Amino acid sequence: MTTLQSNLLENHTPTGREEAWRFTPLKRLAGLHDGSATPEARNSLALNGASQSGVTFTRGAISAASPSDDSIVNRIRNYTSDGATLSIEKNTIVESPIFLNRSSGGVDTAELSRVQIKVGEHAKATVILENTGDTHLAEDVEIVLAPGSDLTFISLQEWGAKTVYAATHNAIIDRDATFKAIHVTIGGDVVRILPKVEFVGPGASADLQGVYFATAGQFFEHRMHVDHAVPHAKSNVNYKGALAGDKAHTVWIGDVYIRAAAEGTDTYELNRNLLLTDGARADSVPNLEIETGEIVGAGHASTTGRFDDEQLFYLMSRGIQEADARRLVVRGFFNEVISLIGNEEIQERLMARIDDELEKAGK
Amino acid sequence: MSTLEIRGLKVTVDTEQGVKEILKGVDLTIKSGETHAIMGPNGSGKSTLAYSIAGHPKYTITGGTVTLDGADVLDMSVDERAKAGLFLAMQYPVEVPGVSVSNFLRTAATALRGEAPKLREWVGEVKSAMEGLKMDPSFAQRNVNEGFSGGEKKRHEIMQLELLKPKFAILDETDSGLDVDALRIVSEGVVRAKEANNLGVLLITHYTRILRYIQPDFVHVFAAGKVVEQGGPELAEKLEANGYAEYVNA
Repeated sequence: MTTLQSNLLENHTPTGREEAWRFTPLKRLAGLHDGSATPEARNSLALNGASQSGVTFTRGAISAASPSDDSIVNRIRNYTSDGATLSIEKNTIVESPIFLNRSSGGVDTAELSRVQIKVGEHAKATVILENTGDTHLAEDVEIVLAPGSDLTFISLQEWGAKTVYAATHNAIIDRDATFKAIHVTIGGDVVRILPKVEFVGPGASADLQGVYFATAGQFFEHRMHVDHAVPHAKSNVNYKGALAGDKAHTVWIGDVYIRAAAEGTDTYELNRNLLLTDGARADSVPNLEIETGEIVGAGHASTTGRFDDEQLFYLMSRGIQEADARRLVVRGFFNEVISLIGNEEIQERLMARIDDELEKAGK
Repeated sequence: MSTLEIRGLKVTVDTEQGVKEILKGVDLTIKSGETHAIMGPNGSGKSTLAYSIAGHPKYTITGGTVTLDGADVLDMSVDERAKAGLFLAMQYPVEVPGVSVSNFLRTAATALRGEAPKLREWVGEVKSAMEGLKMDPSFAQRNVNEGFSGGEKKRHEIMQLELLKPKFAILDETDSGLDVDALRIVSEGVVRAKEANNLGVLLITHYTRILRYIQPDFVHVFAAGKVVEQGGPELAEKLEANGYAEYVNA
């Protein structure tokens, strides 16, 4: 029997036979996984907008907050100790969202990037990481939540068509902290993100929300790992994906591991996929491993289905033509998560991109 | 004055046991301003008639015609039927997650009217329709039919009827699942729509109680896929007293 202890990662150059890599098209990973990419120091991430009190963005040597079993993360760490650090001082309530923007450097070389986001005790903030443009990028993002802190981390993958992005987004969550993540992946050629949660103190909670929309030829993988190592933590995972077009391929893996010490754990994970056309493929694998019976709840659900003809009929019976009805349903499907972003401008922009992709896929 | 004319309508549906004929030649003519009640036992094909006219893909038309002022309804797509002036208030309205009532109504009104209604006037229209049906204003922000009670779903259907102003409305068991107060409120909405737009109504029901609020001009008894008896409001009284036994066993 396998264990989910380490998200089934194996720290060697992946061959594609490993559980953690079996869905990923390694040939399209631009050499980020095997060391054949040509790294270039680009420092592509920058703090955008007015400076806010208690918020600092610096560049320099960082040390890993948590060891990793992921071969890409370890390649990045072996390559450089330099990285970007966003710190939010303890007891700071940051009113406006903190924007981190990406200036992409193209696909002739690759970037191996390290990022740390540190939230001090009882601090509260929203960080929005906006990824656009074309790049080959391997990234090790560590998010460290001190006791009692509260962070909303929004990661927007609005990449250009050539981008290959392979990243781990690892949240290390201490006592009574609240972590909310929203991942939106609607652009790129290959996007592989490993959102990870390590609970290191009791009483904390993590809410991982995500949406992805893959069209012809795109590969988007989201591989969760929620590690309940301590008592009385709560986790919720809700990912929704839609696919349209030939060889659109998405992968969602939800690994939740409840260790023997994690009494009082409450966890639920859900993945729903909507197949809008033939020729697309959605893989969805929830995994739950439980080593203690003393828990509040543990559940998972996964559904993959086609467009609901009854919804279409209902909308069309009110005079709405088919293309508009489909758009309305798809928007509604994504809106549940996108509306959580809480920023009208971004929400409109994402919906417009989704409309756009949907229209292209419909042709 | 418009006319909805159904002639010799035959409809089949694919079941696990094979193709089954549900409607076996239905004849019915409805004119603007008229209310026709279709009454009949469970499984007689009443809902099939409603959904076939609206164009649900589950049903296959194997014979007959449906015309609206001479235009071939059966040749139209589902949205074209609505644009021609047909409206179906469903017995089981469908949930559309993530789409607000407000957005849905405005999208439908825009499609039917050919242009987006002016915002200020539209807000007033919606407000007045909701007040008429005693719906809380917060209703507009909820997702279409998601988590609605049975009564809320029916009010929402009739609210659309009032806002979208069709020529003919088919009400498929709109009275089912409603308590006395909700039945009255919903019925008043139908009557308002009738009076405002000279609406023709095809009212499908098992029970006579809704007919106390919405007076039918004609009553048709439906059994085994066709109309087996027709009359005036007095026929409903007879059904109330005797039930459908004589038609089912006939």
